[in-house]
Amino acid sequence: MFHQAKWDEPLIIERSASGKRGHNPARPSDIEWKITGSDPWNNVPKALLRNGLPPLPEVSEPEVVRHYTRLSQENFAVDLGIYPLGSCTMKYNPKVSEAIAQNPKLEKIHPEQDELTVQGILALLHRLDEFLAEITGMSRMSLQPVAGAAGEYLGALIMRAYHKSKGELEHRREMIVPDSAHGTNPASAAMAGFNVVVVPSNSEGMVDLDALRKVAGPRTAGLMITNPNTLGIFEKNVLQIAESVHDAGGLLYYDGANFNAILGKVRPGDMGFDIVHLNLHKTFATPHGGGGPGAGPVGVRKDLERFLPVPLVGFDGKKYFFDYDIPHSVGKITAFHGNIGVLVRAYAYILSLGPEGLKAVAETAVLNTNYVLAKVLERGKFELPFSRRRKHEFVLSAKKINEQTGVRALDIGKRMLDWGLHSPTVYFPQIVEEAMMVEAPETESLRDLDELVEAFVRAGREAETDPERLRSAPHHTSVGRIDEVKASHPKTLTLRWNNPKLSG
Amino acid sequence: MATFDHPFLPNSGAPIRKMMLEAIGAASIDELYSDIPTEVRTNRPLKVDWLPSEQEVKSHVERMLAENKSAADMPVFLGAGIYNHYLPAAVKAILARTEFQTSYTPYQAEISQGLLQSLFEFQSMIADLTQMDAVNSSLYDGSTALGEAARMACRATGRKKILVPQSLHPAKFSVLKNYAEPAGIGLETFTYDKETGGLNSGDLQSKVDRDTAAVYCEVPSFFGILDPEVVNVPSICHLKGALSIVGFDPVSLGGLKPPGEYGSDIVIAEGQSISTEMNFGGPALGIIGCRGENLIRQLPGRLIGMTTTLDGKERAFSMVLQTREQHIRREKATSNICTNEALFAIGAAAYLSLLGPQGLRKLFESILVKTNYAIKTLSEIPGVLAPRFIGPHYQEFVVFFKGARGALARLNKSLLSHGVHGGKSLVKDFPELGESALFCVTEVHSTEAIDKLRLLTEKLLGS
Repeated sequence: MFHQAKWDEPLIIERSASGKRGHNPARPSDIEWKITGSDPWNNVPKALLRNGLPPLPEVSEPEVVRHYTRLSQENFAVDLGIYPLGSCTMKYNPKVSEAIAQNPKLEKIHPEQDELTVQGILALLHRLDEFLAEITGMSRMSLQPVAGAAGEYLGALIMRAYHKSKGELEHRREMIVPDSAHGTNPASAAMAGFNVVVVPSNSEGMVDLDALRKVAGPRTAGLMITNPNTLGIFEKNVLQIAESVHDAGGLLYYDGANFNAILGKVRPGDMGFDIVHLNLHKTFATPHGGGGPGAGPVGVRKDLERFLPVPLVGFDGKKYFFDYDIPHSVGKITAFHGNIGVLVRAYAYILSLGPEGLKAVAETAVLNTNYVLAKVLERGKFELPFSRRRKHEFVLSAKKINEQTGVRALDIGKRMLDWGLHSPTVYFPQIVEEAMMVEAPETESLRDLDELVEAFVRAGREAETDPERLRSAPHHTSVGRIDEVKASHPKTLTLRWNNPKLSG
Repeated sequence: MATFDHPFLPNSGAPIRKMMLEAIGAASIDELYSDIPTEVRTNRPLKVDWLPSEQEVKSHVERMLAENKSAADMPVFLGAGIYNHYLPAAVKAILARTEFQTSYTPYQAEISQGLLQSLFEFQSMIADLTQMDAVNSSLYDGSTALGEAARMACRATGRKKILVPQSLHPAKFSVLKNYAEPAGIGLETFTYDKETGGLNSGDLQSKVDRDTAAVYCEVPSFFGILDPEVVNVPSICHLKGALSIVGFDPVSLGGLKPPGEYGSDIVIAEGQSISTEMNFGGPALGIIGCRGENLIRQLPGRLIGMTTTLDGKERAFSMVLQTREQHIRREKATSNICTNEALFAIGAAAYLSLLGPQGLRKLFESILVKTNYAIKTLSEIPGVLAPRFIGPHYQEFVVFFKGARGALARLNKSLLSHGVHGGKSLVKDFPELGESALFCVTEVHSTEAIDKLRLLTEKLLGS
């Protein structure tokens, strides 16, 4: 039976004792001290001088290593088990990519080095640009965005620049977003100054074309959409969707969060999308780091290249160079060239799979997910709203279970933690009641998939026989159910170990 | 159906697939894609390269990267936001724990306590170092942290003007502009003093008005200057109802006053130097913190809180105040940020725990000494003005080279051919400084490396 490690590990500050240290930084040489003369601290203006020592824990190296290693054991991860998290594509992260990234020729290059000293990485980025453009069916990529949401924001900025260049930005203030969209889509659009117009889903779980045609018009800046959508359903009317947005003068944005379903099978560019982002930390298997780093390269069609951020990587036939000659560029969206460490891993991933392999990734992900879906529907008590045909993910509803037993989707998710699985995404998309969004990436074995199916079956059974067991779950994790209400309550909110009394 | 068997795909092999398809009730994989209109399908193999063995993949990328010359091959005197510090082996070992590295955002708190506690410790240490009430669990990098801070200040004050130093890194300014412009936020710059390089407080005071949401200052500045005037900026701001945003260098807080102590309302930083290698500029670590409940409600990104289990018996950690965030608040969220740089926040927590009070103070002192050594050494070269600005410097300094236009570019090229990478040229971005470059020295620059820079510069300028 699964039991997560539990160490009762104190806070690192609680391990602190005066005089201990965990690292001795290198000291200046004698000559450096001598030449600098007298007291180097005299060089610091009094007004800026810290009074005393900085307040940090005093711990030895073994204690620090043991502390964080113990904490790491109290943490679930892809290397430990399956994450059936819909829309998150938590697939296995190949070790060769890690090995490749631990290279001083990568780690110890500075972003402002002379181009001639960084020809290797520039060549790699140039080639990656070509690969990703080919994979998405776009003309050119910017590798600068460091996350999916950063890619979306860049996409929205490009839309602004595009409409501005046509003198239409003043009245094109609306971004259309389906009601099933990820929260980042409306948030990115609003951040870029657009008003969000929500278009509803139809009874098949797809964008309601009539409703879309009603809202698309002279005020439309664009549409942001994923395909397959967050229900895992392929928007088969995508060409008509594209047509109505383009006819209205808007641009079509592809959110790459669900790209794993169609890798090598369909290209956003061929579906009529003008701007695309990919989540390399999803589809291209770079590790998610507990929340980051990621990378969200953005691809555009030919005539939008002139708005891409500076610099792009160019090649003059002899050497690679940073191309700043993009007259209508939106500028920069991050200080340097993007999350290079992540880009290198993704490049290695593409090489490892090649054209057939990438296609097999999508096909196997869809196969795995449909297998789980078929088995759960056959044996479980969950319902599948909308049509049956799903790609890399599906959204179940635990509504019936909830009505019959009082057990919620959240409780089922928490109970799954007890069995050494991660919970599916719960309560998203918001258009499904008691939603449980499940994705079974291609890197999961049949045995893992069967365990996942068994978890749904068992949870459904327990809801009837022992609902309290679910409502009080989890029982086998490092800690039991957490009081998240208390955690965010103004009176008990604790954001740091020396918790100050907050003032307005 | 592709019969492509691959080490990353456990369900390789025709029999497994056949069995799975039977369970689904589909005749083939193609059937699972049959709803996709034929006209959009990709009916040819993608034009991407493939290397069939892991060994080939690894050596292929290694051969490409071998074309780079890194700071391990030559002294590199570049800083300007990304710094080459020594990263303790223990930090690397902790970051290599795949329980951290391959985990997801800790939405399921009970199974993610290790990550949550580590991030809480990061927040606590940075809050203590800066004297802020709250620090979030990371943003992308220092430049987007500035953009978020500017938007946050405008939301909190209901004003639309942000003042930034003329000496801001141009890349940072460009990012800030992209965060500001769509929100209708106006950016104005205040000049720097031509002698000291510090902020021109007369110019600043004349520009802070009742429309000003915030003033941004950096310690040390882009020019590496420790400008004592910065401590007066918060009160100048507060007099007009504006906020003070201060950008800090994490290592420098080993010796410098926490911005909270002189009244700063929001702090930001680039945390790459205390968490990860340079990696050509990314991934980095965006740090943001603030004071007061009003500003905390405006913070972007994830916040971790300490609480208890439902039965009240055990300490536990979870994400808090999520109603600020995009997955709940959608277009009304404080930011669109979702994926962040959590792994390096753990790296920073480990780094700061290892160095401790003594280590961070000593590291600050070492860099202070080395900076002054480098300045004094370079200042002995005829035709070189080092530092260009009078006054105290830390880690970076501007050097002016007498000579015709192009002298600096020629020097840097020659230095490179002798195995030294010079400073960042300021010629294009700060033409008023003439043939000037920004040099950076940290604890990794040996006396020999600095001396080599000096000898080569002297020789090359003389020839």
